[in-house]
Amino acid sequence: MTWGRSIARSLLAAAAAVPMIAGLTTATPAAAETTLRVVMHSDLKIVDPIWTTAYITRNHGYMIYDTLFAMDEKLNVTPQMVDTWKVSDDKLTYTFTLRDGLKWHDGQPVTAEDCIASIKRWGAKDSMGQKLLSFVADMKATDANTFTMQLKEAYGLVLLSLAKPSSNVPFMMPKRVAETPPGDQISDYIGSGPFKFEKDQWKPGDKTVYTKFADYKPRSEPGSWAAGGKVAKVDRVEWISMPDHQTAVNALVAGEIDVLEAPPHDLLPILEGSSDVALLNTNPLGNQYMFRMNWLHPPFDNQKVRQAAIAALAQEPFLQAVIGNPKYYKVCPAMFVCDTPFAFTEGGDAMVKSDFDKSKALLKEAGYDGTPVVLMHSTDLAVLTNLAPVAADLLRKGGFTVDMQSMDWQTLVSRRSKKEKPAEGGWNAFLTSWVAADILNPISAAGYNTGCDKGWFGWPCDEEMEKLRNSFSTETDEAKQKDLAKQIQIRAMTIGTHAHAGQWYQPTAIRSDRVDGMLNGPAPFFWNISKKGG
Amino acid sequence: MLAFVARRLLATIPVLAMVALFVFLMLRLTPGDPAAIIAGDNATPIQIEEIRDRLGLNDPLPTQLVIWIGKLLQGDLGESFFFKMKVTDLIIQRVEPTLALATTTMILTLLVAIPLGVVAAYRQGGWLDRAVMGLSVAGFSIPVFVLGYLLIYIFAVELKWFPVQGYKSISAGLWPFLHRLILPSITLSVIYIALIARITRASVIDVLGEDYIRTAKAKGLTNRVVLVRHALRNAAVPIVTIVGIGIALLIGGVVVTESVYNIPGLGRLTVDAVLGRDYPTIQAVILVFSFVYVLINLLIDLSYTLLDPRIRY
Repeated sequence: MTWGRSIARSLLAAAAAVPMIAGLTTATPAAAETTLRVVMHSDLKIVDPIWTTAYITRNHGYMIYDTLFAMDEKLNVTPQMVDTWKVSDDKLTYTFTLRDGLKWHDGQPVTAEDCIASIKRWGAKDSMGQKLLSFVADMKATDANTFTMQLKEAYGLVLLSLAKPSSNVPFMMPKRVAETPPGDQISDYIGSGPFKFEKDQWKPGDKTVYTKFADYKPRSEPGSWAAGGKVAKVDRVEWISMPDHQTAVNALVAGEIDVLEAPPHDLLPILEGSSDVALLNTNPLGNQYMFRMNWLHPPFDNQKVRQAAIAALAQEPFLQAVIGNPKYYKVCPAMFVCDTPFAFTEGGDAMVKSDFDKSKALLKEAGYDGTPVVLMHSTDLAVLTNLAPVAADLLRKGGFTVDMQSMDWQTLVSRRSKKEKPAEGGWNAFLTSWVAADILNPISAAGYNTGCDKGWFGWPCDEEMEKLRNSFSTETDEAKQKDLAKQIQIRAMTIGTHAHAGQWYQPTAIRSDRVDGMLNGPAPFFWNISKKGG
Repeated sequence: MLAFVARRLLATIPVLAMVALFVFLMLRLTPGDPAAIIAGDNATPIQIEEIRDRLGLNDPLPTQLVIWIGKLLQGDLGESFFFKMKVTDLIIQRVEPTLALATTTMILTLLVAIPLGVVAAYRQGGWLDRAVMGLSVAGFSIPVFVLGYLLIYIFAVELKWFPVQGYKSISAGLWPFLHRLILPSITLSVIYIALIARITRASVIDVLGEDYIRTAKAKGLTNRVVLVRHALRNAAVPIVTIVGIGIALLIGGVVVTESVYNIPGLGRLTVDAVLGRDYPTIQAVILVFSFVYVLINLLIDLSYTLLDPRIRY
C-alpha cells in the first residue's frame, strides 16, 4: 500500500466516524428548567439604563427593573408598581401609593424613598426627566409605600414622563443604588423586575444570563405592551451574543436559539422559508428614519435652504432602498408616528413626494451658492447604509451640491457632536433611525428641541417652537395638547428641524414550534413567554 | 543559550514600549469618540461631554499617556470603558476559546499538511502531487467565511451533525468541547494546510536530492525510514519556521472564524473593542498579542538548535 492511499483511507475513516460519535454522545438528559435562548440586536455592554440611552441597555433594564407607570398597547398610561395615585384639584400635588409586597431581588421591600431617589437620578440624565424635575418643587415620602410630588406649576406630562417607554426609561432602583451620581455607572444590579441579572454568569461578548425572580408580584391584569402582569414563564433567559447575522439565522433555523430579535431584512426570506420559524411584528409602531440638518453652518443655516431639502426628499425612495419589501414599511406623513394620538398629516405631507422644481425655486430664492452639503454616510449598519446615497441623489436632483462622506456608524456618532465647520471636521446632514416609542410626543422626541446649544445634534434655534413645546408640556387638556402637537409638527416642517424619512418595521423571529406568548411592545419583553422543552 | 534567551527577553521590553506608544497615539488620532458611543444614539451633546469628562478623555494626551503607562508598570491594564470590568479579566475570559481553536487547528493542520507535503514530494510530478498542489491552491483561494458558511450549511443546518455555533469549555467534557471545535478548526486549518503542505513539499524535494539520501537508499533503508529520519528531519527548519509564523497568525487572525462560528475569543474581543473605541481594551489586547508574537519567535529560534545541531546561540 502506498503512503498516499494509506493517508486517504485514514482520513476517510476519521470523517466517517465523526457523525457516529456525534450521534452517540449528544444525547443529554432533559433539562429541569426552561431556558429561553435569545440573540438580541447587539451585545450588552453597559448595564446602567440611566447612564446610556443604548437600546440594548434599555432592554436589559426592562428585564430586571420595574416602572411606576407603564404604557399599554393603546398607549394609555396605566399604574405598574403604583397601586393608587391621585392628583390634587389644583393639579400641583401628585400622591403615589405603591403596591403591597413589592420586593427587590435581595429580598428587601421596595419603599417610597427608593422611588424618589430613582426619579431624581433619572431626572438628572433624561431630557424628559429633566423637564419633569424642572416643574417639581419637592418629593416626599409620607410612609413606606407612599410619596408625594409637589409641582411649582401644573405640568401636563407627569404620568406620561413616569411611563416613558423608551430610553431613558424611569426604572426604579434601591435608594443606595439610585444615589450613585448620575455621571457614574451603577455597580449594584438589584432590581425589582420579573428577572434577576446573574452578574457572575455575565460574560461580555458571549452571554448575559437572567433568572426568574420567584418573589416578583405581577399585576393581575393581562400583560399589554409595558403594562399589566409581567409573568415570567421561563426559569432562565440567556442573551447570546452573536454578531454575525447569517450565523444567528442559521442558529435559529437549526433550533439552537429560540428568538432572534432583529434579523436583517435581506435574510428574512430564509426565515420565511423555514416551517418552524415565525416572524412577529412585535413593535407595530415600528421605527422612523430621520434626515437631520445642521443649523450652524451654510447651507442649512438658511431656512429656505432647509425647506428646499425637505421639498427634494421623499420617504418612498429611502424605504425602498433600505427595507425593500413594502410589507415592512409605510409612507407616513405623521412626524409623531402614524397610528398614535399625535399623528397628523398637516405639514408632514411634504415628505410624501419629491418636488424638485420647488426645491430649485427655494434654493434660488435663498441665493444658494452651491456650497456642498457634507452628508455623513454610515456604511456598516444595514438599516442605515443605503439612506445617504438616496438622500444625495434626491438632493442633487433638487439643485444641491452634495459631498457624501462615508464612515462607520461609530465615527458618525462621534463626528455629529462636532460643531466645527464641515471643512474642519464638522458636518451638514446625516440620517438616523428612531424607535417610534422615542418620538411619540414633542417632548420625548429629541429632534424638536430647538433650544440651540441644549438641543440635539444640529442645534436648531427657534423661540416660537420652544414656546409651543412649553405650552404642550404644561397643557393638561388632552384636546388642546393635540392641537399644540399639530402646530409643533407644522412649525417643525416650516423651520426645517429635520425631515421624517419613513416608517419601517423590524420583525422578530421566533421558533414557533416551542415559543409562545411574546408580547408586543416598544422593546422586546421576555415575560409572558412560555417555552416547550428545555 | 541562557544568555541568548535573556537577551531576547530583554529585547521585548523596547519592542513592547514602542508598540504601546504607537497604539496609544494611533487610537487617539483615529476618528471616533468612545463617549458618544457609550452615551447611545439618543444622548444629547451635554451628556456626551459629561461622559468624556468621567473617562478622562478631555485630559491632555500626555496626561492620559502618563496615567496609562503608570498603571501598566504596576501590572494594571486598565478598566474597559464599557463593561466596568478589568481588561485583564476580559482577556482571561477570552483566552481559552482562542487558544483552544488555535491548538486544534494547528494539530489538524500538522496531521494533514506534513504527510501530504511529504507524500507529494515523494511522488513529485505524479497524480498525488498534482492533486495535493491543486487542493492547496484551492485552500489558499477560498475565503474563510465562505468555507465556514458552506460547512455550517452542509454539516450543521442540513445534516445536523454539528452545532451551528458556540463554544463549550473543556471543563464541560471532552466531546462537547471538540464537537463545537471540529467545523471551526477545519475551516481555519484549510489555508494553513495549503501553506504548510506546499512548504513541506518544497523542503523535502530539496532534501531528497542530497547525497546522503542516495546513500541511505543505497544502504537498503525502507522508503519510510528515508523519508522520516533523513529527509523530513533535515527539511524541518523551514517547516518549523512557517508553522511558528502560522501559530502567531492564528492567535491574532481567528477573528473571522470566531465570528462565523460565534466563538467568544480574543479576536472578537479585539474587533468589538475597535468598533466601540474601547481604548483600554484595544491597547491591552494588542500588547498581549505583541508579547505572544515575540515569545513564539523566540521559541522557533530555540527549536532550530534541536533540529539542526549546526545551529548554536
